[in-house]
Amino acid sequence: MKILIKGGRLIDPKNAIDGRYDVLADGPVIEGISKNIGKVDSRTKIVDASGLIVAPGLIDVHCHLREPGFEYKETIKTGTMAAAAGGFTTIVCMANTNPVNDSRSVTEFIVDRAHAEGVCKVLPCGAITKGLKGEELSEIGEMFQAGIVAISDDGKSVRRAGLLRKALEYAKTFKLPVISHCEDDTLSGGYVHEGLASLLSGLEGVPAIAEEIIVGRDIAIARYVDAPIHLTHISTAGSIEIIERARKTFRKVTCDTCPHYFTLTDKATLTYDTNAKVNPPLRSQEDMDAIKEGLRNGTIDIIATDHAPHEFTSKDVEFDSATSGISGFETAFALALSLVHEGVLDMKGLLRKMTANPAKLLGITSGALAEGAPADLIVFDPDREWTINRNAFISKGKNTPFHAMTVKGKNLFTMVDGKIVHNEL
Amino acid sequence: MNWKRKDLLGIRDLSKEEIVFILDTAESFKEISKREIKKVPTLRGKTVITLFYEPSTRTRTSFEIAAKRLSADTINISSSTSSSTKGESLKDTARNLESMRPDAIVIRHGMPGAPHMLAGILDSSIINGGDGSHEHPTQALLDLFTMRDKKGRIEGLKVAIVGDIAHSRVARSNIFSLKNFGNEVICCGPPTMIPPHIETLGVKVEYDLKKAVKKADVIMMLRIQKERGGTSYIPSTKEYATLYGLTKNHIDMAADDVIVMHPGPMNRGIEIADDVADGPSSVILDQVENGVAVRMAVLYLLIGGEA
Repeated sequence: MKILIKGGRLIDPKNAIDGRYDVLADGPVIEGISKNIGKVDSRTKIVDASGLIVAPGLIDVHCHLREPGFEYKETIKTGTMAAAAGGFTTIVCMANTNPVNDSRSVTEFIVDRAHAEGVCKVLPCGAITKGLKGEELSEIGEMFQAGIVAISDDGKSVRRAGLLRKALEYAKTFKLPVISHCEDDTLSGGYVHEGLASLLSGLEGVPAIAEEIIVGRDIAIARYVDAPIHLTHISTAGSIEIIERARKTFRKVTCDTCPHYFTLTDKATLTYDTNAKVNPPLRSQEDMDAIKEGLRNGTIDIIATDHAPHEFTSKDVEFDSATSGISGFETAFALALSLVHEGVLDMKGLLRKMTANPAKLLGITSGALAEGAPADLIVFDPDREWTINRNAFISKGKNTPFHAMTVKGKNLFTMVDGKIVHNEL
Repeated sequence: MNWKRKDLLGIRDLSKEEIVFILDTAESFKEISKREIKKVPTLRGKTVITLFYEPSTRTRTSFEIAAKRLSADTINISSSTSSSTKGESLKDTARNLESMRPDAIVIRHGMPGAPHMLAGILDSSIINGGDGSHEHPTQALLDLFTMRDKKGRIEGLKVAIVGDIAHSRVARSNIFSLKNFGNEVICCGPPTMIPPHIETLGVKVEYDLKKAVKKADVIMMLRIQKERGGTSYIPSTKEYATLYGLTKNHIDMAADDVIVMHPGPMNRGIEIADDVADGPSSVILDQVENGVAVRMAVLYLLIGGEA
């Protein structure tokens, strides 16, 4: 079936388009984009996007779908449905499932499952090391053949620098990006950012340097072996400073941050709200300001969700015992749009960090709208005000510190491969 | 003043007026413990549960005696006898206890915020008997009571707090209350035991014990929090005793009428020398005595009905 998205303002950062265009999708590909597509056959579905923005579907380079092994937290089906509602058409799921995605068979399971039940495109990220143990390399090549698009030991750093070096070198064969979770675990025994809030709450702190030391280390290793490295969920001012400086002489370093790091500070932990427990922890106001500046000046390339759904009971305990993570698919885009409303980024700049830039990192053709490109797109209202309600989440994970917050901007329509997977129009 | 709070979760929440009101109320209760028949009917028919997930001698006994002297019924639960060993969550334990209709639950827990979590879900009054490294409000209240009792005032006293500041809920609670009263507070200990940003609370940091106690009116000694990894912050307790053990020499450098406090349990020969612990400046046992009166006041204000 053909679908015509009519009358919207099309913004495609990759192709430098911003204007009133109609988009015609024919099955999984874009058939045409032009100022006015008037004549269509009677079987074409027409979607009225007037007054709204049409953009390439969002791409998330960092999420957790929990399947296999933790289906009580999320499944590929519920996770992709939540992602689609939030405007994401392609998502990269991390390897910390059970079993860990460190072999061809687990990758194949995820890929098959996503084909069967997934609502949006799921691209698995393989583990750098077997069992995420940091001891020996996973079978990266076989996982690549099965469909992984990146490797990461997300949840922790590869503790041994020598092993990360080997991973960066080895991944070159497949041009696989290495995604680094930056955390020195000899410094990060705590549960919240080490700062004034932790002083007041008595909660054990994680200093900013636990992240920054590994940011510096991983860039040094990548530079030495001349391999690209992507630093994920960057949260501190010091990390931004290190990345900014490194970029001047080494272009192969990229990074992302998540909406919670530019929306909340460690103050949110003062009430012991376990929904505000996340790793890396919510940082200080100074860090949040630096994250915003990093987004503005381009040091931060990508906005990722780090969607980390958890069952209620794992959050309904003492702060120290609670799981870490925020269910982010259904709030990320609205929170990101606040950057536009605040004037930190213009709309094209924001969309670039959620479409073209992640596509470039992953080496995929989505993330842009042109004739022949995948028909992955969204239609959203940048000004629609709504109140976040965790009970209305499609995700199984209701764990959000943003419940009851009023936000501005909402995704209303999501198309994946020419199929409408979410529609509030 | 009218007391309006349901819970006592931390001293940081309290205004100066509220603190003074508790101390004044405690003043009137102190005398009861000196009577031949140490009991008044004030809280007859009320039930107080002490729910302790960490070891305690003083605090739990003090709360129990305080409640009993006011004629409340008391039940003690410690983690080894509770269902937590069978895997029951703290919230479930608390909800079950609540079903038996207690009026107050005194909770001690190793994790900061545990009392706050219970306060959010229970109708009973929740009293924080110490939550991890966070707060120990009744300790700070009895410390203030003792200072006022011994020195006739709180305002203007120079207070040195010495030891593992980073992991001590006693230090935190005392810093919060003393800064509320505008006191000069000097935190002293090895730098590994001083939490970052502590100066933002308005305290001074001094690594040298001799300098810290100079002209001090009050010296508050803390023990090393072994259960919170305290010993990994210093090379040895022997060296700690050499550098941060309070001796008679230090007393001579302090104000002439200095008082020495310790929340207990104290480790003689480590943070405090025998002759100081037992010497004329020591008010350590007075603190324990005053603890009963202060906890009587807290229980009375929280569950005693109309004043």
